[in-house]
Amino acid sequence: MEALIKEWAPNLVTYQDKFFKSCSATVEMFWKAGLIAFVIGLVLGILLVVIKKDGICRNAPVYQLVNLAVNVFRSIPFIILLIFLIPLTRAVVGTAINVRGAILPLVFGTVPFYTRQVEVALSGVDEGKIEAARSMGSGTLGLIVRVYLHEAVPDLILVTTVTAISLIGLTTMAGAVGAGGIGSFAINYGQNQNHPDIVNVCVIVLLIVTFILQSLGNGFSRRTTNRGLFTIRRR
Amino acid sequence: MIEVNHLNNTFHLKSGDVTALRDVSLHIEEGSVYGVIGYSGAGKSTLVRCLNLLEVPDSGSMTIGSSGEITLRDGKPYLQGKPMTGRQQSRLRRGIGMIFQHFNLLDRSTVFDNIAYPLKYTGTSRKQIETRVRELLALVGLSDKIDVYPSQLSGGQKQRVAIARALAANPKILLSDEATSALDPDATESILALLKELNRKLGITIVIITHEMAVIKAIAHRVAVMEEGRMVEEGSVYDIFSAPKAPITRKFIASASPLGKIDKLMAKDSALVHVKPGELLVKLTFQKECASEHVLTTAARRFGFDLNIVLANMEYLHGNPLGGMIGILSGEAHNIENGIQFLSENHVTTEVLKDGSAD
Repeated sequence: MEALIKEWAPNLVTYQDKFFKSCSATVEMFWKAGLIAFVIGLVLGILLVVIKKDGICRNAPVYQLVNLAVNVFRSIPFIILLIFLIPLTRAVVGTAINVRGAILPLVFGTVPFYTRQVEVALSGVDEGKIEAARSMGSGTLGLIVRVYLHEAVPDLILVTTVTAISLIGLTTMAGAVGAGGIGSFAINYGQNQNHPDIVNVCVIVLLIVTFILQSLGNGFSRRTTNRGLFTIRRR
Repeated sequence: MIEVNHLNNTFHLKSGDVTALRDVSLHIEEGSVYGVIGYSGAGKSTLVRCLNLLEVPDSGSMTIGSSGEITLRDGKPYLQGKPMTGRQQSRLRRGIGMIFQHFNLLDRSTVFDNIAYPLKYTGTSRKQIETRVRELLALVGLSDKIDVYPSQLSGGQKQRVAIARALAANPKILLSDEATSALDPDATESILALLKELNRKLGITIVIITHEMAVIKAIAHRVAVMEEGRMVEEGSVYDIFSAPKAPITRKFIASASPLGKIDKLMAKDSALVHVKPGELLVKLTFQKECASEHVLTTAARRFGFDLNIVLANMEYLHGNPLGGMIGILSGEAHNIENGIQFLSENHVTTEVLKDGSAD
């Protein structure tokens, strides 16, 4: 195995410390920004569905506001957002560089996309189910948790998968603020120093991660369509 | 008991205002099956959704079971003069079960969890919930499907689960919004039979919305006919069927009765309804009091006229004869006249549809 790697990617071996450091930086950015974006995006997505026209708790002004914010941030290319947010990042986390400095822009880059996706997933829940739950006396919170979120699980898993994969893409750009990661490793040590094997390995690593994420997402989505994840059998 | 007074409701849509309810009042006896029939857009669905405040009417008042009087002003409900809280509305809804055309079960929940839905988070213990769900499943005849998901059930079975779910919290009233419209004839029949049984066994008041006269005929005691948001006719099912007044009611009944085909035959000027001079195309309708069909043969024999039957239909509604026949009367003019006189004395009304001498 080692001999094989040495033969096919000699430069990677030379820079393996940097490579592993880059991988861990990417992983760190991914889960930290991902977790925050997951929570905020989910909350905003639910909010949009609930307060939209014909929603269960209409509020036109707030809807307009959130909707506009989502649209604005979605239309800014991430690399520009990264620079644009530097003053804000500095104010919030104290620094605009390194992994710490990349989390906030990553969250800003992911949340609008994820919010929209969550909104679409929840909007797919049949109106009739909402009406039936209302007829059984469920209030707003009951409708959100017991109907919207519960019934939309397969779709939520799919959109979360798509968002996670796109977040990996965004982390590769975080090198621009010195956060490191696989993206900047591929550029600095692969492209700029003319080591094509390093670029190739980065591509392969990202491909494998993406593939695994997508398969997991598809699998869990299928596993939860028209059924719960676990079924308790009773006799 | 359900008492509804002067309900009005208008939807403000982009395309303009749509008035779904115009001064609708009705009274539904406790323990009865009350049908509301109308074409789509007649407002019947809005009416039934107003009863559990899924839709809040613009104005009017109503009393649903033991709710106390709910008054509606500016599209807001007031209970005994005070604005109704969300909690009060929830409590009202919990006391009213509802079933739907498309069942509206949670696809990711088992039959058990679907039926348990109204019981969870109400302080009912897990054990009580389990007992109640099993009881309900036995009632709707699906005890073996407790751990199955809705996607594995047929339409009729899904509606049974929906009925069990609607009954879980022991409501006194069950609203049925086109509950059989998406089912095949067999399933429709079995669901209607189940509703009838529930009404008899549990004494639950059922309000059933439909566009099919056959459904009304099968289970309702009284029926209201709606058109363009108005209640155009209301009465016992037998009275409405035997003597419909509003044109739309006649249309509905024609759609449910084989005798309704006569309109098509006459419009097409079919050879079946051609009458020669001296002949009459008549519709004979048997009244409630009419003892039996043999008055017809008696009349024919006694007055010496012939009846050539074109269409005939007899059935029994709540034990009373309903229906009649359409046929061509021929014979001496005065014999026919006397015959018709005799029939009317014996509770058979004659309506002349076409007079051969008039052409």
